Amino acid sequence: MTDPTAAGPGRGLPVRGRQAQGGARHGRARRSALRVALGVLAGLGGLQGRAAAPTLSVPALRWLDRITYGVDSWTVARYQTLGPGRFLDEQLRGAVPEDPGLAAVLQALPLVRTPPEQLLQAADAEGKRIQALDTEEARQQARQAQNQEANQLVAEAARRHLLRALASPDQLREQMVWFWLNHFSVFQGKGNLRWLVADYEEQAIRPHALGRFRDLLLATMTHPAMLVFLDNAQSAAGRINENYARELLELHTMGVDGGYSQQDIQELARVLTGLGVRAAPDSPGLKPEWRPLYVHRGAFEFNPARHDFGDKTVLGQRIPGTGFAEVEQVADLLAAQPATARFVSTRLATYWLGQAPSAPLVAAMARVFQRTGGDLPRVLRVVFASREFTASLGRNFRDPMHYVMAALRLAYDGQRPLNMKPVLNWLNQMGEPLYGRVTPDGYPLAPQAWSSSGQLVKRFEIARALGSGNAGLFEAGDGQPATSTGFPRLASRMFYTTLEPTLSPATRQGLDSAGSQAEWNTYLLASPDFMLH
Amino acid sequence: MRRRAFITALGASLLTVRGMRLAAAPAQENRLLVVFLRGGYDCASLLVPWASPFYYESRPGIAIARPDPADPRAALPLESGWGLHPALQASILPLWQQGQVAFIPFAGTHDLSRSHFETQDSMESGQPLDGPRDYGSGFLNRLAAVLGGSDGVAFTDQLPLAMRGAVAIPNVSLKQFGKAPFDDRQMAVIAGMYRGQPLEAQVLEGFQLRREVAEAYGQEMLEAGRQAISSQGFELEARRVGRMLRDRFNLAFLDVGGWDTHVNQGGAQGALAGNLDSLGKGLAGCAQELGPAWRHTVVVVISEFGRTFRENGTRGTDHGHGSVHWVLGGAIQGRRLAGEQVPVERKALFQDRDYPVLNEYRAVLAGLFRRMYGLSPQQLETVFPRAGALDLGLL
Repeated sequence: MTDPTAAGPGRGLPVRGRQAQGGARHGRARRSALRVALGVLAGLGGLQGRAAAPTLSVPALRWLDRITYGVDSWTVARYQTLGPGRFLDEQLRGAVPEDPGLAAVLQALPLVRTPPEQLLQAADAEGKRIQALDTEEARQQARQAQNQEANQLVAEAARRHLLRALASPDQLREQMVWFWLNHFSVFQGKGNLRWLVADYEEQAIRPHALGRFRDLLLATMTHPAMLVFLDNAQSAAGRINENYARELLELHTMGVDGGYSQQDIQELARVLTGLGVRAAPDSPGLKPEWRPLYVHRGAFEFNPARHDFGDKTVLGQRIPGTGFAEVEQVADLLAAQPATARFVSTRLATYWLGQAPSAPLVAAMARVFQRTGGDLPRVLRVVFASREFTASLGRNFRDPMHYVMAALRLAYDGQRPLNMKPVLNWLNQMGEPLYGRVTPDGYPLAPQAWSSSGQLVKRFEIARALGSGNAGLFEAGDGQPATSTGFPRLASRMFYTTLEPTLSPATRQGLDSAGSQAEWNTYLLASPDFMLH
Repeated sequence: MRRRAFITALGASLLTVRGMRLAAAPAQENRLLVVFLRGGYDCASLLVPWASPFYYESRPGIAIARPDPADPRAALPLESGWGLHPALQASILPLWQQGQVAFIPFAGTHDLSRSHFETQDSMESGQPLDGPRDYGSGFLNRLAAVLGGSDGVAFTDQLPLAMRGAVAIPNVSLKQFGKAPFDDRQMAVIAGMYRGQPLEAQVLEGFQLRREVAEAYGQEMLEAGRQAISSQGFELEARRVGRMLRDRFNLAFLDVGGWDTHVNQGGAQGALAGNLDSLGKGLAGCAQELGPAWRHTVVVVISEFGRTFRENGTRGTDHGHGSVHWVLGGAIQGRRLAGEQVPVERKALFQDRDYPVLNEYRAVLAGLFRRMYGLSPQQLETVFPRAGALDLGLL
């Protein structure tokens, strides 16, 4: 495995002298003195042996801090090289140079690369084997082992997601993957979803995160994870379950006030009949006239025997009963609704602004959405170019994911922690675990949801866990010795050239009263300044 | 009061921040706990209309059997054709027999979106459906405001809409319990960084509550040393809630998920039965922990909507309309079904699909709060604007 402490190729920083801003110099001197005094030098990588990050203006920093999961040396350097326009272009076009070190680590994850139909087949076979076991004790043991395997797969998927969010140079895409995973939310705890979420993220969400909305929508509509989560896999002609149809309209496309009726939900539910899951490689026994209509891709199937072939009318449009083509037809229909353009634009803008967008901004985004057929980078450009976005910078309350990522990116600038379990735990404690939203509405996008007293105290506790040591982040978990002491390098040049100039006097005062480096780290991550981006 | 002294020690400015709560109003002895069942629980499995042949016609796979003392899977007879789910025999039935439980069938909101999220939000906001709504203001927060000196809390990871608004209300989940990680000096430093900032009140409240939880944790560990804690899951959480209500708070919110039973919900046994079982044990455990304070406590159990009266194609039920709300308490006029009712037959169904809503929850709660707290019409108008008050004589 690649040395996780090494910065990836292409991450060398242009050295631009060691000048720091006036206010920072004083702070740094203090900090150095403190470190010597406390004898904690060993753990501090702070200023030694690291390339200097060039200084950016405060507005530029805030912009960069929001376009990414939090500034780190690489993004600062890249920004310096490209300037804001080309930096954003590169991020939106998905043209960011890959980090081969990260790619190698991801490549080495064994479970998430197994196709879901294989996983489901194996799980089915194992289930049958367990049932045939002699004693209840043996059955229980085997079930437990199977459970563990499923949990391990989810943990690996989460690890992949977090490693990318943390270390990938493709920072805008990583945020959009999170956003869409949340918009088309599925819960790993339901049914057999634990075998499916890794593939769902990788195949249905990621390829379209900066693509076209309609493609993204259809990809989710034809992925087993969504069909299981919202019960569509069990819906069939004459035995309709309208759960998915309702959420598809309410949460994924038009929004609750989008203007559809209960009748539309029922008709859409009929269109969706037949979309389901089949893990076995063969097709089910079908009447000859249905065989050409059967669709089977991986674990996804469209089964004409379960489909309602009657004609339907959805949102005033007649959908003749033809089979799978109906599904593509409604994906087109839903993606083209003005209500969808408005609803999806509102969600996107809320995510990026940290507050409800103005009506004119939504209208401008929705126009581009409709004109370009839901071209997501072009819709996003409208947000980033807006005055609202600029005005929001440095005022958005970070959601749990951004909070943890920003803290880790600052503390371990350019390093890759091996063990993501503590990070998963923190997200869990803050109420935003990956694949963990039980209800299909996804986590709230408005920051008020994350600033309750309980949440803040939880963050302070996480700040302490992260600030006081390595929190186990560099333990490989396979008996190998840790590859780094993992003491967080928060008081780094990065900090003094980026965050320090933006801190409030009250926060500086708090930092000054720290009795140890660990406490100083804790206070920084607990400060009101660090809650915002 | 200890809560106040500690907070004042952390940040002198809090008094002005929190105004309302620290005003010198007398402590409210009445305690109110609102339990929200998220997902729209299937009330026709809780309160079984066993005298209705239409019920058995509509639910061939999931109905609960007619009362039969010889059958442990049968409904437990309550009154005039209604029975209780058998999973509640050991927990809720005894409270019913002591007159400490009332059910309000055909209850709910007139919101017709049948969307979990829309309906939960609109119920928690407690505002009229016609006209603009302020989603930053929940009915329990407004109740805290009109009550003045109440100590409100949400036992949830995130602050629920019901508790959001002008009064700063802290939140903490009691699912996990532990020691406080900061000493007083560290808390003062962190609070100092927030002085004068918009989040100052939340930080101070949060630290205060964290201390209280740590104390309660210490106590629980102490007691655990003497007698093993047998309860777990929701019952353990609800018992903790009971103790916090007994000792520290008088206005609280708790939510329980897992009620959205579209598929294989089961009947006398199964997924829904398991949920009802743990809910019942939790509520009974909470009452037990409150001890003598149970006489001054009212617990209201609500959910965003009922479910389709007929079973769906996957042995479950879909989003419906009218629900059954519960009122529990040591001093309530229970052992009865309260509010307007209709016979359970096909023609009574709303849109030939769901239970109708005959007892609008805002009016019912307004009537209850008037009895509990002696609120004036003006105060009721603040808590539930334009709701009116429906007095079901529950207290």
